[in-house]
Amino acid sequence: MLLEKLSNARGVSGNEGEVREILIDAVKDHVDEYRVDTLGNLIARKKAKGARARKPLRVMLAAHMDEIGLMITHHDSNGYLRFDPVGGIDARVLLSKTVLIGKDKVPGVIGVKPIHLLKASERQQVLETDALTIDIGAKSKEDAQGLVKIGDYATFATTFSSIGTDCVKGKALDDRAGCAALVEILKRDYPFDLYGVFTAQEEVGARGARVAAYAIEPTYAFALEGTVCDDSPKKKDVSPVTRVGGGPAITFADNSLLSDRRLVDLLVETARENKIPYQFKQAVAGGTDAGRITLVKEGVPSVAVAVPTRYIHSPVSLLSKRDFENLIALMIKALPKVAKI
Amino acid sequence: MSAKDFLKKLSEAHGVSGYEHAIREMVIAEFKPYADEISVTPMGSVIALKRGAGPSMRSTLSRAEGLRTGKVLIEGHMDEIGLMVTEIEQGFLRFTQVGGFDVRVLPSQEVIVHGKQKLRGIIGARPPHVLTADEREKVIPMSDLWIDVGLPEARVRELVQVGDWITYARDVIDLKNNLVAGKSLDDRAAVVSVVEALKSLATMKHTWDVYAVANVQEEVGLKGAQTSAFRINPDVAIALDVSHAEQPNTPEIGTVPLGGGMGIAIGPNIHPLVYEKLTEVAKANEIAFKVLAEAGATGTDAWAMQVVREGIPTGLIDIPLRYMHTSVETISITDVERIGRLLALFCASLDDKFIKQLRGETEEATRKSAKETRKNAKKK
Amino acid sequence: MATAKKATHFPLLDNDDPQSSGMHPLKALTKRITEAYGPSGYEQGVRELIRDEIKGFADEVRVDALGNLIARKKGTGPTPRKKVMLAAHMDEIGVIVTHIDEKGFARFAPIGGVYPLTLFGQRCRFANGVVGVFGREIKDSTATEVTLNKLFIDVGATSKDDAPVGVGDPAGFWRDFSDLGNRIVSKAMDDRIGCVVLIEVLKQLKKSPHDVYFVFTVQEEVGLRGATTSAYGVQPDLAIAVDVTGTGDTPEANTMAVQLGKGPAIKVKDAGMLAHPAVKNLLAETAKEAKIPYQFEVLTGGTTDAMAMQTTREGVPAGCLSVPTRYVHTPSEMIDFNDLQNSIKLLVAVLGKQIKLD
Repeated sequence: MLLEKLSNARGVSGNEGEVREILIDAVKDHVDEYRVDTLGNLIARKKAKGARARKPLRVMLAAHMDEIGLMITHHDSNGYLRFDPVGGIDARVLLSKTVLIGKDKVPGVIGVKPIHLLKASERQQVLETDALTIDIGAKSKEDAQGLVKIGDYATFATTFSSIGTDCVKGKALDDRAGCAALVEILKRDYPFDLYGVFTAQEEVGARGARVAAYAIEPTYAFALEGTVCDDSPKKKDVSPVTRVGGGPAITFADNSLLSDRRLVDLLVETARENKIPYQFKQAVAGGTDAGRITLVKEGVPSVAVAVPTRYIHSPVSLLSKRDFENLIALMIKALPKVAKI
Repeated sequence: MSAKDFLKKLSEAHGVSGYEHAIREMVIAEFKPYADEISVTPMGSVIALKRGAGPSMRSTLSRAEGLRTGKVLIEGHMDEIGLMVTEIEQGFLRFTQVGGFDVRVLPSQEVIVHGKQKLRGIIGARPPHVLTADEREKVIPMSDLWIDVGLPEARVRELVQVGDWITYARDVIDLKNNLVAGKSLDDRAAVVSVVEALKSLATMKHTWDVYAVANVQEEVGLKGAQTSAFRINPDVAIALDVSHAEQPNTPEIGTVPLGGGMGIAIGPNIHPLVYEKLTEVAKANEIAFKVLAEAGATGTDAWAMQVVREGIPTGLIDIPLRYMHTSVETISITDVERIGRLLALFCASLDDKFIKQLRGETEEATRKSAKETRKNAKKK
Repeated sequence: MATAKKATHFPLLDNDDPQSSGMHPLKALTKRITEAYGPSGYEQGVRELIRDEIKGFADEVRVDALGNLIARKKGTGPTPRKKVMLAAHMDEIGVIVTHIDEKGFARFAPIGGVYPLTLFGQRCRFANGVVGVFGREIKDSTATEVTLNKLFIDVGATSKDDAPVGVGDPAGFWRDFSDLGNRIVSKAMDDRIGCVVLIEVLKQLKKSPHDVYFVFTVQEEVGLRGATTSAYGVQPDLAIAVDVTGTGDTPEANTMAVQLGKGPAIKVKDAGMLAHPAVKNLLAETAKEAKIPYQFEVLTGGTTDAMAMQTTREGVPAGCLSVPTRYVHTPSEMIDFNDLQNSIKLLVAVLGKQIKLD
């Protein structure tokens, strides 16, 4: 399963090479051409097919290859490693996790002082990243320096697997789910030029999408995402943001984008006509590649649509396979109608 | 002019973000002897072009290979942080900041108010004798400070308007071991390094065109760098900015010893090949550096330049500096000169091969896919 | 200059038919434009109103991909002519529904910088005309410390099923225009008053040596998005935003020199940009020549479309002319009518003359 391979692959922002290689392999037989740009985006192009192909129409689909992770900043005198988060990580999820560092996948653990030794007040204290270290079992600073370099990226050592009846768990489902969906979407033909862009550096400011869109100048853009989910039971009747199992989530607005209403309506109508379950992302939170693409050059009407994903930006996340498949189905049905907007 | 003299001149001159005109004239004068062309962007940044020899292979061959002269951009920013008048109250000036200040350093600083004429001023605060014990414990907020120019209100109103800018009044002082201290060494020291690089390049052979740039408005949002890079559209861009040197009460992590070389950054903001090349050249020439891991936004011009147009391979060199954004920023002249030399060596090392390497992945991928497409077509 | 009509105690009656009730035409225009519905991203209604209003005055009118309305008035000077871009944003702050609970109450997110303090008891209006009231959770909070997640919108529904609005529906504040004589008040003065200035300048500008682009932008309140893309398209040589700014003239206000009625404010700095000194001087010198009162503005919070235009492509000398406004980002934004007229006069004077920037 491609999603499994992608989830297990390692690609923190700025270092997406391993993920990119998998994706090149997956798409090369289905697209007319592809290239890798300066920031490391993989840009695949499918030329318009069909008699009524409208030439000037270019549609960009973006899914980001990068994941959040850690970067090694310093070797302590005793061989422990200091690090900074790459992308938005809540430091509270880091304690007692395992990581793999650098090209050689040096294993490490983020250890914490045992509960036995904690003062009562310490137990209530949140540990920020600058108070944490990675232990690779090095004997000394020199030993550690020989194994790990400053600037090396670390990823969570999480293995993808199924969970429950319909769900899968793994790291980096945000946004490898979008990448896997995009690969499926690229296997069909469309009556316009379709650019499937696997973007770099989304988690540090949607930087890849920005320069890719500059080069492509799309007419419309869709970001395919793994998005926030807050569907745990709550006392108050308030928004769950998205629900796992409720179908692909359409963004009408987030912190980076006011989705183009025509594209939102197109997705909603397509879902209804084809009886594909869908939901809105019921919060104005977060940002995606679409928010950067929409601002490129003279502007690009854009929308984001996502697989609801629990526990994103942590070592392990969870999504429903049905939601994932419905995202693909929805996009495949909706895309041909873009030409009629 | 020697690096030290030029740094002294730039440091003692005045130009907050948006008002860099005096600095610009000095930079143009210093760039001129080494440049083939000088231009000023609509925002006021200075660009000096020093032409390279072009592709080394015979011209027809180069054309056939699609080779052209590479463009490398090296830059520092010439603006400084400062203050601005927001209101005139009984002859005293209320103010806000241009760029980021630690307000704790402001009381009793001497400043220049750039009104209809330059006025000396002192940043005043109420004397401790009249404050309650509680008040003495607290940092004095900017709203409780004022600037006193020692003139009667009517005269102040004649000479000063809302929106006039204010800078530190501070002469450079020499410290031991080739260190100097003064205001706005962030980032005028980088401009000096850029000039040092041009000086060195004058005696070297280089194939790439070198664009030496002194940018405006870094302190208020990296604006000069973004727009200059758009104009130049370089193949490689190197930003020079200051970073924290080792100093009392700061961690060893992410700091560089003063006088001990420089920082070379790595991380998402930095193109891996540019990082490799910079460190390679430094090692080959026995120039000391420390690797600085930047996990995200570097907060420097490099961050803005990387995403200009279709993306620009970007590098970042950090000049170690103590006491950043104060009026006693401290720097080593040796570091400034050394960075200039590294920059020159880096620029001179750029050849046809490097352009190809930068484009490599792209071209190879495109070729591969074209071949495969043909193969697939045949199969069908 | 006509004097403003005295304020009435019955503004609603007075405003029923502004034209026939003898309201100053500029006030009537301001009423029409400010009362229109147009939260960020949903500016269509405002755009159509403006398009009608400027019909016949521009040489070319187009709408770009994000919905900016761009009207070009060709210059009469020799080519190559300078391109001057004026920008005022059509959008207003508002809210967008994120959840409807079982009883039909709507939860919402802000569009742009909405202060929770200003909402409780106020009304909003949706695109379909439905009016809602902002209510708040009373338990565990006081009115002064209320946060957006403790507020909800009551549209009069009794259940989720009969709610006349749905998730994703945006709403703007709902308030009438009031004529207080020298001062006028309405919702969305920010920045429909800028739109009014641009409309009037376009109408009054007989000829200009420059090609002038009157750009009515979208999505300013959520991050200057319309100005970012329209400036890229227009590629101006000089850009001026027309927007509102705060004042320091109310009881115990923050330190700020700008006052209502002391003339248009020429921006020196705000939180997002420093005006190009040459643009600032151009506005100030022209005001002096034309004997128009003006004041300099240093704003410590907030910014305008000028910030986005400034860094377009290789950079654009940019500045901003501000209409001093009290109570910005509340449903009752107040400006001085003379400041409005003087803003128009100043821009007409600036555009009518040969501009040199140095």
